[in-house]
Amino acid sequence: MTFNRRIFLGSAAAVTASLATPIVISAQGRPRVVVVGGGAGGATAARYIANDSQGAIDVTLIEPTRAYYSCFFSNLYLGGFRDYDSLGHSYGNLAATYGVNVVHDWAVAVDRDAKTVRLAGGGAVRYDRLVLSPGIDFIEDSVPGWSLATQNAMPHAYKAGSQTQLLRAQVEAMPEGGTYAMVAPPNPFRCPPGPYERISMVAHMLKQTNPTAKILIADPKEGFSKQGLFEDGWERHYPGMITRIGPDFGGDVVEVDAEAMTLSIDGAVESVDVCNVIPAQRAGSIAFAADITEGNWAPVSAYDLSSRADPEIHVLGDSAAQGAMPKSGFSANSQAKVCANAIVAALSDGRAFPPRFSNTCWSLIDTDDGIKVGATYEASDEGIVSTGGFVSQVGETAEVRAETYRESLDWYAAITSDMFG
Amino acid sequence: MLARALLSGAFAVAVLALPGQAEDRGEGEVLFRPCGACHMIGDGAVHRVGPHLNGLFGRPIGGAEGYEYSDDLIAARDRGVIWSEELLDRFLAGPRDTFRQTSMVFRGIRSPEDRAALIGYLRSEGGTAEAQNGAEPAAIDPEIAAILEIAGDVAYGAYLSSECTACHRATGGEDIPSIAGMAPSVFIAGIVAYRNGTREHQVMNTLSARLGDEEIAALAAYFETTE
Ligand SMILES: Cc1cc2nc3c(=O)[nH]c(=O)nc-3n(C[C@H](O)[C@H](O)[C@H](O)COP(=O)(O)OP(=O)(O)OC[C@H]3O[C@@H](n4cnc5c(N)ncnc54)[C@H](O)[C@@H]3O)c2cc1C
Repeated sequence: MTFNRRIFLGSAAAVTASLATPIVISAQGRPRVVVVGGGAGGATAARYIANDSQGAIDVTLIEPTRAYYSCFFSNLYLGGFRDYDSLGHSYGNLAATYGVNVVHDWAVAVDRDAKTVRLAGGGAVRYDRLVLSPGIDFIEDSVPGWSLATQNAMPHAYKAGSQTQLLRAQVEAMPEGGTYAMVAPPNPFRCPPGPYERISMVAHMLKQTNPTAKILIADPKEGFSKQGLFEDGWERHYPGMITRIGPDFGGDVVEVDAEAMTLSIDGAVESVDVCNVIPAQRAGSIAFAADITEGNWAPVSAYDLSSRADPEIHVLGDSAAQGAMPKSGFSANSQAKVCANAIVAALSDGRAFPPRFSNTCWSLIDTDDGIKVGATYEASDEGIVSTGGFVSQVGETAEVRAETYRESLDWYAAITSDMFG
Repeated sequence: MLARALLSGAFAVAVLALPGQAEDRGEGEVLFRPCGACHMIGDGAVHRVGPHLNGLFGRPIGGAEGYEYSDDLIAARDRGVIWSEELLDRFLAGPRDTFRQTSMVFRGIRSPEDRAALIGYLRSEGGTAEAQNGAEPAAIDPEIAAILEIAGDVAYGAYLSSECTACHRATGGEDIPSIAGMAPSVFIAGIVAYRNGTREHQVMNTLSARLGDEEIAALAAYFETTE
């Protein structure tokens, strides 16, 4: 499905040129789509719109980082199953092969009347359709004592990159028999099994390097994704190492002190060596700047992911309130394809097809012990609704679990190549 | 189209268990199901993605007429190697460890019991009989034949395929194979088997459950065009 063309700023050199240019000039008469955020939703949307419109639509991707480090599989890096570099992906192919104009900058404001996006580096980009896929930001006061200013003392590692490296370094530096604590987030949040896969991976690492260490989870939720499967796995692989304190024992009444390195659960103060605070989340700030949010998220139509507040803005992935899909990379990728089809049909002579979505989330518990959960979805007036699903079972054979893990490796390679070409 | 339908019908009989036969054939038959995406055995078996397996034991490696083998299988044939149960057992344990360049996309079966059951099944199904290239194809599976009759909408298939490419790379992976360039008869038989639950895979069963015939035909038509 790829086509080779170099248009406008479609080469690495041209991308650099665009950084130095304050105003991005509008392309000659072609409809223009601007995508903010080059992650699971945004990179996929940019690629599919550019590719499927066969050059009829001018696509600009605004993304501050030069390489995307995926949150998906970052837990496997924490567990020592992958190296850091394997999580990084470049935007070079989107520019060179698909002709996407990649601009490395922050989007800081959206003028919906003038249909422009203002960039931190100065200048503005005009759009006919705007796609926002900025992921999540944190609600600062959701865990008293934690703020962005203390995020290096108590990392969230819930946006991949230096935070993930920092958390791993902290786990490696834990004293013998020390305590790793996680403050788990309330619903809804990015990647429902993510914190619990992380617990598994940290336990795997500690089992080898620091087997008397303890793991403590303060969790404000009654239950969590794949709970039975994770708890069964923790019992089998890491007996006695992991304690989870749910809301019935004060897991929802938590405070932290980054200076003293303490965690207080319902008033009981505990000294900890690592404190992985994953705060409550909300849509990426640019969605608020565009004034298309309601509460913490940006409501969208399930049919084309267009904002309920502005049909010319589409919101993908974690930032969107779309209905039943979990906030996952797979979901964002799936939503991006539906959105891309709708945009190509609206702005060029492409055909519109019925929306359909799917998701699968794999998690690793220990070496060769993989589990998964997945579902199919469709659009309704109320939002995206689930039409069927599956989940791994407790008691599956070692062979099935190993196969599930191997499958996840193939999935990672496939979805990142689906995003970046 | 008729030829294609006939092929696929024969294939479907090999893949989908016929009522009453499953108990007799047992474990080996279940183990053969994934192989059935590419290989046929029994009455009317012909080459598909992989060669037919009739008369396999005792046949020279790379020796089924009309099938294009990879170079190292041809080299083995030239050395006079024949398929014995022992060799097949080794091959099934790790195809690429046995023939490095085999184009068979299959990871291997770790359990010796499972390999023995599969080999037993192949024997009982015609692995020892003479190759039956000229035999009449078996009855056409009506479900697959009906989909093969539909002219697939390639553009719709391209759109639908984006659901597949989240997991399937064009180059194929260790565990998730490539489906690019797949013959429609093989593709359709595979999806129908997932849709019916005669082939088991949680993701594929869930995704296939909502595919209508038109959609399967569209996907098949699209994937036939890809590399
Ligand atoms: C530990 C962990 C494990 C996970 N594991 C899985 C998994 O196994 N499977 C799975 O499917 N999902 C997983 N996820 C979830 C997945 O990472 C997210 O759901 C997914 O990345 C969401 O895609 P997105 O496009 O909404 O956001 P992102 O992928 O985060 O992309 C957002 C992009 O927008 C950019 N951006 C933000 N604001 C601006 C701005 N103002 N201007 C320009 N650019 C901006 C950011 O730099 C970023 O590159 C995991 C998440 C975590 C934290």
